[in-house]
Amino acid sequence: MSLAISAKGLTRCFGDFIAVDRLDLSIEEKTIFGFLGPNGSGKSTTLRMLTGLLTPSHGDICVLGLDIPKQSEALRLRLGYMTQKFSLYDDLSIEENLKFMAQVFNLPGREVNKRIDAQLTVYGLDQRRKRMAGSLSGGQRQRLALAAATLHEPELLLLDEPTSAVDPENRRDFWETLFDLCDQGATILVSTHYMDEAERCHNLAILEGGIKQADGSPKQLMADMQATVLEVDGTHLRQIREVLTARPEILSAAQQGARLRVLVTNALSNPEEWLKSQWPDAMKDRTIERVRPSLEDVFVHCTGQRRQ
Amino acid sequence: MENVSALRKVTNSLQRIMSILVKELRQLSRDRPTFAMIVIIPLIQLLLFGFAINTDVRELPVSIVDDSRTYYSRALIEALKATQVIRVVRQDATPQEAENALQRGTVRAALLIPSDFNQRLNDGRPPAQWLVDGSDTMISSAILKLQTMPFSAIEGIQSVSPRALFEVVLYYNPEQRSVVNIVPGLVGVILTMTMIMFTSAALVRERERGNLELLIATPVHPMELMIGKIVPYIFVGLIQTGIIISLGHLIFDVPFVGSIVQMLLATMLFISASLTLGLIISTCTETQLQAMQMTVFILLPSILLSGFMFPFEGMPVAAQWLSELLPATHYMRLMRGIVLRGAEIQCMSNNALYLGVFTIAGLMVAAKRFKKSLD
Ligand SMILES: Nc1ncnc2c1ncn2[C@@H]1O[C@H](COP(=O)(O)OP(=O)(O)O)[C@@H](O)[C@H]1O
Ligand SMILES: [Mg+2]
Repeated sequence: MSLAISAKGLTRCFGDFIAVDRLDLSIEEKTIFGFLGPNGSGKSTTLRMLTGLLTPSHGDICVLGLDIPKQSEALRLRLGYMTQKFSLYDDLSIEENLKFMAQVFNLPGREVNKRIDAQLTVYGLDQRRKRMAGSLSGGQRQRLALAAATLHEPELLLLDEPTSAVDPENRRDFWETLFDLCDQGATILVSTHYMDEAERCHNLAILEGGIKQADGSPKQLMADMQATVLEVDGTHLRQIREVLTARPEILSAAQQGARLRVLVTNALSNPEEWLKSQWPDAMKDRTIERVRPSLEDVFVHCTGQRRQ
Repeated sequence: MENVSALRKVTNSLQRIMSILVKELRQLSRDRPTFAMIVIIPLIQLLLFGFAINTDVRELPVSIVDDSRTYYSRALIEALKATQVIRVVRQDATPQEAENALQRGTVRAALLIPSDFNQRLNDGRPPAQWLVDGSDTMISSAILKLQTMPFSAIEGIQSVSPRALFEVVLYYNPEQRSVVNIVPGLVGVILTMTMIMFTSAALVRERERGNLELLIATPVHPMELMIGKIVPYIFVGLIQTGIIISLGHLIFDVPFVGSIVQMLLATMLFISASLTLGLIISTCTETQLQAMQMTVFILLPSILLSGFMFPFEGMPVAAQWLSELLPATHYMRLMRGIVLRGAEIQCMSNNALYLGVFTIAGLMVAAKRFKKSLD
């Protein structure tokens, strides 16, 4: 397995503020890799450094065998980049935007129209080709941006929160398209703050405050979690939650419908018994059940420790 | 093989320039307010400057104190009226009254004709005296010019030899209408304003709208971006020049004695220089408002120091140096030369050369300053 992207000790400061802190990354070819993290965790900054748009304060980057940012011009033709904010031209039509991008990437003249037609069909925009980009809905803009980013058939796609302004159904379709692109041989790096999207990635890194908290495949992350997940039912869950979270052994507790989802540290060998012995009154008549950790649990576990 | 790939590089580069150029033209054609400004700015400025800035002083209100009351004194007054420089609005009995009128501002000057006027005409003493409000130098110089009026202008006096020292022959613009000088210069002012304004916003707008992050992630070279951005506006500038020169000819009867090709050539040089100046501004400002302020910062000296309003020769040396740096100064000279004197660019090659060098150096500076990075 060869690496499409590798980065070592990647750091970026803005003045005194450290936006990305000693990040190590290894992204395998022809996989979908996710950056999961809340707003301000450094996802966009990292993507910009990987494209060569931002110069790292420290660290080394190698993308598709090129030394970035030194060789970033050579990377341009092989890279598709979709910015977080829509950055095609509002006052050009869908077709004109794609034509512009095709010419900027020097697609051969004979192929341009054919290629644009194909993209319009794939991304469901062929009925609206004359519409101004500024008048499109969130989902249509996102498809247009992806169509533009993949026009020159890049080996590597960097997508910065591509689905943030898109409804759930469009998001599903969008991910189908990403898997198609991946099957065709593209490596895809996508940033998101949606758990369900992160779970679809082959591998992911969880970022918080510019620091990588964990990485691996979603399955592996869930299996490796250093905590047990318990579900407690019954009434007065809010009060119980307050009592539980005061203890350091309880990593987090969150109500989910009629149940309280509790993350307990692995240091306890039998957490169910421990709960009952600590709060005999409160835990009386309640069922305590051990459940499989979800990616959200992993996320809460990774990012919660810092907050405490 | 090497030739083929070199050729390939050039055609790829041209294609990228074309794509930017076409995009700019499309955006321009959809930007109604800007499109309207292209036509309306030169129109309004032409009318404003053409009618309002009038250095031809005419019909100055004056008072006359005629103590002589002879045939000759009346002939002198008639001769003065005939010059149209003055308009007699009052007759005063004493110099004191005339001075009061001068102070109140009802008249700009007063003519005192002494009682021994006829004698003075013959014995070489100045026959009459002007009291002039010197606070406006434009007005006083108009009266001062009357000093050179020959005696022969007064009907009935031919015998006395003309006492003027020089004979002056006016080439070009013999009627001394200032609008003739203003219109070709106005082209320079308007082009400075619109060309710098359009391009100074060009890159900043992409940044503000968020297009820049995508654009710099493409293979576009900074120089290609710069060229693609300025070429559409060369056409815009030529259209504006056409409007001003042709309307100046129709409305203000400004002659066009030179060659149109020569004028277009000079204008293209100046437009390119102004556009690159705008691009440089665009690379060192963050917002459209800042870009606008910088434009005004360049525009003011271009109006005041370029020789558009005040002759270059009258400026202090430091101002002359500054003036020489401005593209507008060189263009003013070229335009007045070509349009009014029928000169050829070759005889003013220094000015043309400066504009050319300015453009090339400016493009390089702008491309160098424009980093394909978000740092
Ligand atoms: N150009 C910049 N100047 C100063 N601070 C910045 C700049 N860009 C990003 N930041 C800061 O860096 C942090 C990470 O930002 P970003 O990478 O955009 O996060 P994300 O994409 O995960 O929301 C934020 O706190 C943001 O305010
Ligand atoms: Mg972001």
